[in-house]
Amino acid sequence: MQEPILVLAEHLKGELADITFEMLGAARKLADQLKAPLYTAVFGKDVAPLTSQLGVADSVFVLDHPQLDMPSADVAAGLLKKLVEQKGVSLVLIGGTNVSAGIGPRLSFRLNLPFVNFCRNIRVENGSTIFTSQLFGGKILSDVRLPENRGVVSVYPGSFAADAGRSDKKPSVEKVDLPVEETKIVFKRYIEPEAGDIDITKQDILISIGRGIVSADNIAMVEELARALGGAVCASRPVIDQGWLPLSRQVGKSGMTVKPKLYMSFGVSGAPEHVEGMKDAGLIISVNTDPNAPIFGVSHYGVCADLFDVLPALVEKIKTH
Amino acid sequence: MDIFVLLKMVPDVVEELVIGENGKSLDPQMLRVKLSDPDEHALEQAILLKEKHKGTVTVVAMEAPEVDEILFTAFAKGADNAVKLTGDWTGIQAPSIARLFASYFSSANRQLGSQALVLLGSQAIDDLEGEVAPYLAELLGVPYIGVVTGIRLDEENKKIMVMKEFAGGLRGEFELPLPAVLGVQAAEKPPRYVPVAKVRSVMKSSHVETLEVPPPEGIAGLSIDRLFTPEAAGKAEMLEGAPEEASARIVEILAERGLLGR
Repeated sequence: MQEPILVLAEHLKGELADITFEMLGAARKLADQLKAPLYTAVFGKDVAPLTSQLGVADSVFVLDHPQLDMPSADVAAGLLKKLVEQKGVSLVLIGGTNVSAGIGPRLSFRLNLPFVNFCRNIRVENGSTIFTSQLFGGKILSDVRLPENRGVVSVYPGSFAADAGRSDKKPSVEKVDLPVEETKIVFKRYIEPEAGDIDITKQDILISIGRGIVSADNIAMVEELARALGGAVCASRPVIDQGWLPLSRQVGKSGMTVKPKLYMSFGVSGAPEHVEGMKDAGLIISVNTDPNAPIFGVSHYGVCADLFDVLPALVEKIKTH
Repeated sequence: MDIFVLLKMVPDVVEELVIGENGKSLDPQMLRVKLSDPDEHALEQAILLKEKHKGTVTVVAMEAPEVDEILFTAFAKGADNAVKLTGDWTGIQAPSIARLFASYFSSANRQLGSQALVLLGSQAIDDLEGEVAPYLAELLGVPYIGVVTGIRLDEENKKIMVMKEFAGGLRGEFELPLPAVLGVQAAEKPPRYVPVAKVRSVMKSSHVETLEVPPPEGIAGLSIDRLFTPEAAGKAEMLEGAPEEASARIVEILAERGLLGR
């Protein structure tokens, strides 16, 4: 029998995040295979009501504390370390999200245990757990092992089915009394996204552009296609960081998650951070010069060509259809 | 304000990545490296802060092919000092990289002062064992925030207000004292461009300091079984032919699904 597995439940603005259920589903399967107990921990302010949704775990440890409104990575890592030591936990799963950024490395440092980043799959072979991580923007995968199956794992969002982590079962909840460390970091306020001219989450047709668009001057061509199809233009991170389109048009991890009927991408490589926000679109058609671009892995149709050749041809064909 | 920007090079994914004969790392002969994108944003953010609040910008980079050019480009952008860490540490991961950078701050004349702000890229595409910034914050014993997209300094130069991204466009504002370590996701403005001629002229007038750092030891690490290329790539049905033919096929597909004439 293996020592317990612990999932750090992630929540934002009073709601459990999907990644929590993704991790619980994956960890439940692993725990059953290893015959290990599955624990989950919820830290925060006014979080006690969230525990009722965590029935997939064998035990839920909750720490509801006024000082834990948006705890910093060092505070969260400090609490986890104490819980890991108290409960004899061997493996900790943390969301590979912006919200949880930094907790894993800090915990791994304090426990002197290895850290697995970008985990997309977990399997057991001959009693040894193998984690598959993605590297280099999803272009390479890596199978890694933790010595004695002990360590801290950051689970990449969208890697596991969230439904497997949901249950109506009433969980066994234990209030834990852990000292909350002082921190120098003060959470001041949320800044809501500025409403853009167009809400890309409500569009049926999205034309997406990435680094391959090269310059802001080329966006007019894409807008012409969007007009011809009755859709809107959105983009991956590099385009937004260049200031070529407003933040409200960003698709992906930090931006919006979209599910349009049609998602056409031009010059988008398909980095995992982007794919996370668009993989569930009804029809995905992608144009990229690189035949090995990861975007083709999530697209229904692909064209390996220069977007500057395809765009005008496509607009022309649509207009004459 | 004493701003430090720590830079590292990563494989350029625009090139084809070739797995080496050992099956556990990329083939170094076939590898092209570039400055990690978020690191470039960290540098830009540092220069923006210097322009606004005065102070100095020191860039510290790990030795790698073409890193000199990166350091001289940083000078051309407005950095005041550049340091290259040298040593024999190929393939090391974030917990060890953080120790290399921490050792830079360990000598007596380089201790982090009350005005020090250390900026790194929030993450890198080869961060298999985690991000460097939070490990460094642990080693230096200072506060850390990652996924940062904006930094403001208060009037007394003691506290900073930091913008962090969550998801879906939602951000949060945090206040913390200096010294601090921040992982920058994106600078407030796109990284500036400097002409090659300017970099060349800076090369003649600037000096990159070199500091030899021994490889860190005794760090619990992962064991890598193998690297491999994802099989899922190729799920898409590829539309062959000239752009006109491919476009005609796309229009057919859209028409079949009722996605035209909306």
